[in-house]
Amino acid sequence: MAATEQPSRAGGGAPLPRRAPAGPPVVELRNVSKRYEGGDVGLENASLTVNRGEFVFIVGHSGSGKSTLMRLLIKETDISEGTMRVAGRDLADIGRRKVPYYRRNIGMVFQDFKLLPNRTVYDNVAYALQVTGGGRRDIREKVPDILRLTGLSTKLHNYPDQLSGGEQQRVAVARAFVNHPPLLLADEPTGNLDPETSIGIMQLLYRINRTGTTVVVATHDVAMVDQMRRRVIELQRGRVVRDQAGARYAGNEPNTAELGAILQEHLET
Amino acid sequence: MRIGFFLKEALRSMRRNPIPSFAAMASVLVTLLVLGVFIPVVQMTTGAANDVRDKVVLDVYLTRDATDAQAERVRELLADRTAHVASVDFVSKEAAYKRERERNPEAYELLGSNPLPDTFRVTPDDPDNIGAIRDALAPATPSGKRTVVDPAIDEVKNRKEETDKILTATSVVKLTMALLCGLLVLASALLVSNTIRLSLFSRRREVEVMKLVGATDWFIRWPFVLEGVILGALGGLLAILLLAVGKIAFIDPLAADFALISAPDTMPLSVLALLLMLAAVAVSALGSGLSLRRFLKV
Repeated sequence: MAATEQPSRAGGGAPLPRRAPAGPPVVELRNVSKRYEGGDVGLENASLTVNRGEFVFIVGHSGSGKSTLMRLLIKETDISEGTMRVAGRDLADIGRRKVPYYRRNIGMVFQDFKLLPNRTVYDNVAYALQVTGGGRRDIREKVPDILRLTGLSTKLHNYPDQLSGGEQQRVAVARAFVNHPPLLLADEPTGNLDPETSIGIMQLLYRINRTGTTVVVATHDVAMVDQMRRRVIELQRGRVVRDQAGARYAGNEPNTAELGAILQEHLET
Repeated sequence: MRIGFFLKEALRSMRRNPIPSFAAMASVLVTLLVLGVFIPVVQMTTGAANDVRDKVVLDVYLTRDATDAQAERVRELLADRTAHVASVDFVSKEAAYKRERERNPEAYELLGSNPLPDTFRVTPDDPDNIGAIRDALAPATPSGKRTVVDPAIDEVKNRKEETDKILTATSVVKLTMALLCGLLVLASALLVSNTIRLSLFSRRREVEVMKLVGATDWFIRWPFVLEGVILGALGGLLAILLLAVGKIAFIDPLAADFALISAPDTMPLSVLALLLMLAAVAVSALGSGLSLRRFLKV
């Protein structure tokens, strides 16, 4: 699978129709509650559906349940009530031993990057492939490819601490996407970055979304969310209080560069 | 590819934690050195003790002035009228004197005359029946001393008591050494496990990331186990080398010069080396396995 953008759709001044969901929704929550030991509420009776190819923002204050949702999605913890399906598969059916295999279908990006500090950029990305038993040839093919996509071709042999925050996050995105997972999760991916750099990361996520990957981004950067004009799900104390399809930009879907320009414009005003 | 990858990871980790790695290796080394000395020593003492046990006989000493007729009467008594006797050997005082003088000429030169009595050497049908024979020949009196059934018998001496003493002594020695060895093995397993734990603790973030990108437990575990095994094997190799040097430099010349002990068979060095190597690898694999179990639970 090549990581190329799908061609920009031509014609039609009206907002584009949503892509018809093919197969089961990528993420499906039905009346999901998550309570932690000690009584803290992570999610409370939350229901939501994310279809294939969508770009969804999860917003909310800290403690609203964004991170809980992310952690549930990678099955780091289990839900207390309700049902939760990813790509049609009930997460309750995935045994402890199967979790690693399940996670290989999900790319995950964190606020604090979570890179392996003693490995070069190249090795960090390659690790995600080695874990899945990827051969040397596989790695030699895919890793430079993905690093080119994320704009890191010149930093292959640098260690994470020799990179800027934005570059580190790009490495993390590259690692999350090198397997071309159908679902990419990003938990506050721009939380540690300045606005300028954040735009670059958002552009990158947008570009990945345009290859057909479903992208779910948890953030509290409201300005950014407003300008991206994507679907927004707002959580408050574990409840879904808003689920709003983005008012899309008139005309064609912007390509990555155009999106960057739009975001930049808003940054300057 | 896979094994190469795990090996590379293990070596990378060892390079980054040289001091704990060295400590683990040293503890394996010391343990194995002790084991390597202990095993042949135990074999020797066991062999010696068994030799003694096999030689259990009852000595029936006749009085110094016993006549040939009396001696014949005692032989009859021993051979025909006593239970549990397998065989009876007569050692005349002349034969005994000759043998003892050969063994210790100066002492017997000083003595001048022959102080030794005629002796019957009685071999029991089973070493454990020796007490019964003794009781038959020299029943205990109520006062606690022993009488003899025939006036020509001066004394019945039971070598089993000495044998028992030797056997007890060796078993005590063996037990203490085994205990010591057990403790040492435990200590080095714990040290290896601690080393691995340290190297894991310093990388728990890394392990977390590995799990997040979908590494299975065993994929994470293998490099650590290999690290332990490599450290153990290294320690084992050094220990074997030292033991071999020690054997060639000290034991071999000693054995040649003094015919050290009756030298019951000990296992050859190659077998011992193999055994030690196995122990080293097992101990360190155990050590790393122990520490990993807890860490991988998320």
